[in-house]
Amino acid sequence: MAEMIKRKKALSVSPLKASAPIGASLAFLGINRSIPMLHGSQGCTAFGKVFFVRHFREPVPLQTTAMDQVSSVMGADGNIVEGLKTICEKSKPALIGLPSTGLAETQGCDLNGSVRKFRETYPQFNDIKVVPVNTPDFTGCLESGYAAAVYAMIKVLVPSQEEAKTKPGQRRHQVNVLANASLTPGDLEILRELIGSFGLLPVILPDLSDSLDGHLTDDDFSPVTIGGTPTTEFETLGDSIATLAIGPSLFKAGELLQERTNVPLYKFDHLMGLEAVDKFVMCLHEISGNPVPASLTRQRAQLQDCMLDTHFMLGQARFAIAADSDLLLAMGEFVKSMGAELVAAVTPARSDCLKQIPCDEVKIGDLEDLEKTARENKAEILIGNSHAVDSALRLGIPIIRAGFPQYDLLGGYQRSWIGYRSSRQALFDMANILLEHNSHEIHPYYSPLAQKPGEQEAVA
Amino acid sequence: MKAKDIAELLDEPACEHNKKSKSGCAKPKPGSTAGGCAFDGAQIALLPIADVAHIVHGPIACAGSSWDNRGTRSSGPALYRIGMTTDLTEQDVVMGRAEKRLFHAIKQAIEDYQPPAVFIYNTCVPALIGDDVEAVCRAAQERWGVPVVPVDAAGFYGTKNLGNRIAGEAMVKYVMGTREPDPLPEAAQQLPFKVHDINLVGEYNIAGEFWHVLPLLDELGVRVLCTLSGDARFREVQTMHRAEANMMVCSKALINVARKMEDKYKIPWFEGSFYGITDTSHALREIARLINDPDLTARTEALIEREENRIREALAPWRERLAGKRVLLYTGGVKSWSVISALQDLGMVVVATGTKKSTEEDKARIRELMGEDTKMIEDGSPRALLDIVRDYKADILIAGGRNMYTALKAKIPFLDINQEREFGYAGYEGMLELVRQLALTLESPVWGQVRKPVPWETSGIGEPLTEKVSMVG
Repeated sequence: MAEMIKRKKALSVSPLKASAPIGASLAFLGINRSIPMLHGSQGCTAFGKVFFVRHFREPVPLQTTAMDQVSSVMGADGNIVEGLKTICEKSKPALIGLPSTGLAETQGCDLNGSVRKFRETYPQFNDIKVVPVNTPDFTGCLESGYAAAVYAMIKVLVPSQEEAKTKPGQRRHQVNVLANASLTPGDLEILRELIGSFGLLPVILPDLSDSLDGHLTDDDFSPVTIGGTPTTEFETLGDSIATLAIGPSLFKAGELLQERTNVPLYKFDHLMGLEAVDKFVMCLHEISGNPVPASLTRQRAQLQDCMLDTHFMLGQARFAIAADSDLLLAMGEFVKSMGAELVAAVTPARSDCLKQIPCDEVKIGDLEDLEKTARENKAEILIGNSHAVDSALRLGIPIIRAGFPQYDLLGGYQRSWIGYRSSRQALFDMANILLEHNSHEIHPYYSPLAQKPGEQEAVA
Repeated sequence: MKAKDIAELLDEPACEHNKKSKSGCAKPKPGSTAGGCAFDGAQIALLPIADVAHIVHGPIACAGSSWDNRGTRSSGPALYRIGMTTDLTEQDVVMGRAEKRLFHAIKQAIEDYQPPAVFIYNTCVPALIGDDVEAVCRAAQERWGVPVVPVDAAGFYGTKNLGNRIAGEAMVKYVMGTREPDPLPEAAQQLPFKVHDINLVGEYNIAGEFWHVLPLLDELGVRVLCTLSGDARFREVQTMHRAEANMMVCSKALINVARKMEDKYKIPWFEGSFYGITDTSHALREIARLINDPDLTARTEALIEREENRIREALAPWRERLAGKRVLLYTGGVKSWSVISALQDLGMVVVATGTKKSTEEDKARIRELMGEDTKMIEDGSPRALLDIVRDYKADILIAGGRNMYTALKAKIPFLDINQEREFGYAGYEGMLELVRQLALTLESPVWGQVRKPVPWETSGIGEPLTEKVSMVG
């Protein structure tokens, strides 16, 4: 069990954290025809937009309530009403996500009150869903903001069983999937395929694989998302036979959904590595009552073979991981299952699952902390976002990019990690990068007696 | 190469096999033969000479599938890592243009890379069509003033082992004795003791492991004129004839070199190994014994004591984890006994060992180390090895890379001990790497996972699988 080391220093150097409002926005971007509007100053949105555009290399719809000097002092709830109205008029979205920011929360905004006010004033937009969520950036991180948005969507959009007359299992083949922030669009594609192979129909919430997977469309511009979970699906979630929540950050949202609809909830910490995928596949097998496809048995055997091939490189390999807690847990357990050691684990914010992380200590901190711990504990390979590349350079160790943001790697956003097949690729990649870096190499020794004149000087 | 010359190389008086009618040097059996050819052996023996341009004269298969596949390391030049071949075409062969191409190939190598020497490895096709490689080498050497050494090692001449000897023979014949050693560096002349010169024959500096040992020799004032051929330079090979002693490191691979140097230059030699604490100390003692300088002997003993104490202390925590673990060792030649002592130093139990390539002397040593009733494995087929692993309840198979997948597919821990490996195990320091690697695989959590049955096969849910899946792949 990991000991949590709280942040001690005043200055965060080379921050690891991406903010909660950004995370909430990301979740909303996984809903079809949606647009998040950050309640804050326009910079909150502008930075967020750049963050996502660099990561996904896609246009990203993101709006702002544009709090200015006056509204920041005098009250900006009016900005919300005005902003909602403007977006509804201009873009006719299906959903507007409304995350708050540090500025708005500090000022004392009333998101719910403002939305009520908006409904009263502009009933003509009643069919457009609005989901407010409190995500001040002084609390949590991308992952927790994302989770809060998913929770908020369920709270606002999913009717109770009595209300909607839904019945668990009424749609025999439908399963709800709550997908956490560490699942990439590529992961979600795999998830959809995997679930589909049991004759089940997944409703993925939120579904970034449909909106930010990087696909070309006939329309040259859209002010709202061009894919994602349809808002109409929220009303059918109660008819599903099961809810699969992926990632501890979404367990709370899953529990809320279960409470509302009585659809049984199955929780999965992550889907990386043999045991985690086994557990998931068995669950699908049991829920569906259908046989496990032969292709999965084959992929499982392929993963096992790969584990044998790569354990020589990964066994005792010393990993340093900097990531939000779900991803840290997933990666940590994954490499641990290969006999590797997690010698430096840093995460940007507190979360319940940190104690599960297979490392003596988990630091709440930044990339400077990571660098320091990694150096002290002689890490050999780093897993982190693009900001950690410089850390890896300074440490002189290779890096595998994962998490947000990945701005210096094309296609990093769609790389898949989960399931038997992608776990296998991930192991190969880790083993290869270690092999290439060859940290075990014996340093050349130059004998002063040897008949090799000038060679040592040439090297020096 | 004439049949007579091949027969002469096979008749190696220093080799134990000579006294026995049937053993490792017996003819390979069609349909049931593993291991490399003479070209393979020759190239492996000489490729680590780092500053030489190694040209493989033949069609692409010889060089194409073999270049840069060894784990040997150089502290300086890296020319040996560049694959060079004449890549003969059908036209060359049919029209008799292979010799001409070779001549130009040598020119190109010399002009582009300025090597101190060029080695030409002859292969099956040019040997068969009768290219006079030796004459081409001579002509090229005259023309460009760079030594060009023919290594006539067509694959069909025989086994890898023969190829080793051909390579050694070429060094003795063309290279040794063509230069006098450098004078000792000034600092070394001021040392309070006399510096002695030795050679190491059959040391390949796999993964740089010899760099674990070389500092100790420096400390003792023992100059290594040349290691044949790990991290060697051409100019070092030229001076080998001036050594006071030779150490044969890899069993009999280059035994003819040591024996011929004894005949020709009166250099005494011994056979030793740097694997394991016991053997490393033994090798250092033997060097001192052959040089026969009492001062060196005294300093050697002091060094051995210091190093052994240091390393035993460092190994103590590992020994606890590894002691009692049962090992099946399957590897050829010298390693079969030298690795045994390394494993015994760790308190591990060697339950059986391969002796297919071992000489009678090797086998005698194995008996000495493990007792008379040791299981000696002659049949190294995957099935036989797996059966022995099961019957003798071995925890791990230690063998060459080609057996790796035999072990892994059978879900048995494995350690690679052959030349392609990436880790250096030589010397006192190498023991630390060895234990690390042993523990890595033995204690790996993957074993439990890969042995886990497919969970849904017994679930009883759904229809039985109609499509049967093959697990081979």
